[in-house]
Amino acid sequence: MSLLQLKDVSMEYGGRVFALQHINLTVEGGDWLAVMGPSGSGKTTLMNVIGCMDKATSGSVILDGIELTQVSPKELTRLRRDKIGMVFQQFHLIPYLTAVENIMVAQYYHSMPDRQEAMGALARVGLEDRADHLPSQLSGGEQQRVCIARALINYPVLILADEPTGNLDEANEKLVMKIFHELNDEGHTIITVTHSQEVGAEAKRAVVIEHGHMMGEGGVQL
Amino acid sequence: MKKYQMYLIMVVNALLRRKLRMFIALLAVAVGATIISGMVTVYREVPAQMGREFRAYGANLLLLPADGKGTVSEDRLPEVYKSLEGYEVIGHVPFLYERMKINEQPVLTGGTNFEELQKVSPYWQVTGDFPSPESKDILLGSEVAEHLSVKPGQTVFLNTGDSPQDMPFTVSGIVRTGGREEQFAYMNLGVMQKMMNQKNQVSLVQVSMVAGEEALTDIGKRISAADPGIHPRTVQQIARSEQTVLGKLQGLILLVTAVVLLLTLVCVATTMTAVVTERRKEIGLKKALGADSFHIGGEFLGEACILGALGGLLGTVMGYIFAQSVGLHVFGRGVDFSMSIAVLTVVLSVAVTGAASLIPVRTAVKVEPAVVLRGE
Repeated sequence: MSLLQLKDVSMEYGGRVFALQHINLTVEGGDWLAVMGPSGSGKTTLMNVIGCMDKATSGSVILDGIELTQVSPKELTRLRRDKIGMVFQQFHLIPYLTAVENIMVAQYYHSMPDRQEAMGALARVGLEDRADHLPSQLSGGEQQRVCIARALINYPVLILADEPTGNLDEANEKLVMKIFHELNDEGHTIITVTHSQEVGAEAKRAVVIEHGHMMGEGGVQL
Repeated sequence: MKKYQMYLIMVVNALLRRKLRMFIALLAVAVGATIISGMVTVYREVPAQMGREFRAYGANLLLLPADGKGTVSEDRLPEVYKSLEGYEVIGHVPFLYERMKINEQPVLTGGTNFEELQKVSPYWQVTGDFPSPESKDILLGSEVAEHLSVKPGQTVFLNTGDSPQDMPFTVSGIVRTGGREEQFAYMNLGVMQKMMNQKNQVSLVQVSMVAGEEALTDIGKRISAADPGIHPRTVQQIARSEQTVLGKLQGLILLVTAVVLLLTLVCVATTMTAVVTERRKEIGLKKALGADSFHIGGEFLGEACILGALGGLLGTVMGYIFAQSVGLHVFGRGVDFSMSIAVLTVVLSVAVTGAASLIPVRTAVKVEPAVVLRGE
């Protein structure tokens, strides 16, 4: 069975705005998919649906064998913390917590906080020596690496990254993409949302969304 | 690490590492707590403080012989005074009244203890001096002095009516009270008891003590039980006036406290709403990480409770200083620190801050996790 399967998924707001229309998509375990498209194309809406933050208005979304359109909001929250690891364009670290505490927050909501394990995740992204720094004391690249460490800490079945290099310089972009490659090589399933050709090209597969429609798969020019 | 330890790290750091917002919110709680603590302290102290002020108007309890007897023995009084234990007694002054002739004129004369009299009736205005202890001095009421045409330092002659010869007394002073005392004359109790051959006898004891009307009634019952030969009588006019003034004053303080409590509630609710609004993304992020409404609500309520407790502690200290200042400047006497008021203030601050946070917390738990992805 595929890790993620979207069948005829549509998302509409108030019967007027059609953010997603009849999307069909399959992601296997260990895959790395890039969802590409211009601003306002529906990429983020697709991320919300896959990331258990929103429910599709029609169609079927099956993640790790669970039909997401049928579960309660409470169950959706549980699935989010158990199955998904999120990486955001704007990092979204909690400003009053240190790097290691930011990772432990994800553990806290999931199960039990474990500083040693959180330090291990930081070491995994090469930041163990920055563990006790506040986000404001870290560079953009370092903040994104903390964000990746946080996404990994609860052993998610799927890592969702929304424009993970959108706010990074070239050097940090390469560093982050290297980490994604390592994770994917280890067997992690990754979906990245990006409008960047370079970042999209790093993934094993790429799909393009435009005006809520899936335009195709492969190296499509935007 | 235990879950509660991480919870504390999150809640405490949310306050400590956001100093400005923390300071503003703490200030709002502390100001409210200061006024509440101060007002409750003043509210509690007012009866005692005002009671002392009222004592300047004279005795509020009279001890009279029961069954219409003219006098009662002083030896029985110490036992009666035991019934006053636990109350602040300003003084108790005995009187022995007899009709005498002064310079051939009939004058109602009282023997008393002038040291105690000055405590119980500080409003007596004496031209000259009070009679010195054990002396054959006499204090004349202003009407008597005028009628006899005598002045302080002059000698008057007293006759009990039974003695064959007059006894000379020196007028030590003339008293004005604005009351019936101006028609009387006063001498040392011991001298009078000897003259009248009524050793240890008194006709009346005036007691001045810090107690309200209800307490005085209760004390009266205890005295009657302790010695049925003594009839206690509350000076209703003073006791009721005291009760009325106190009731109105306490009502006013309660009203002010309630208004301050309400304002604190609004102030803290506004601050917490601002806190929630500016932390929407953080709430969204936490939800995206898997936090449920219970987690989010618990964290904000935890912050509010810590804020309430800190503000309450600060307010307790400031409130005590405020009440102390009121006590010293208005009543000329400090107030005691009350642990029960301190606990009440902290508990009330936590409760008010918690209650004020309920609406913002409801808003917080409704934040959609998708806001962090939308970049709103």
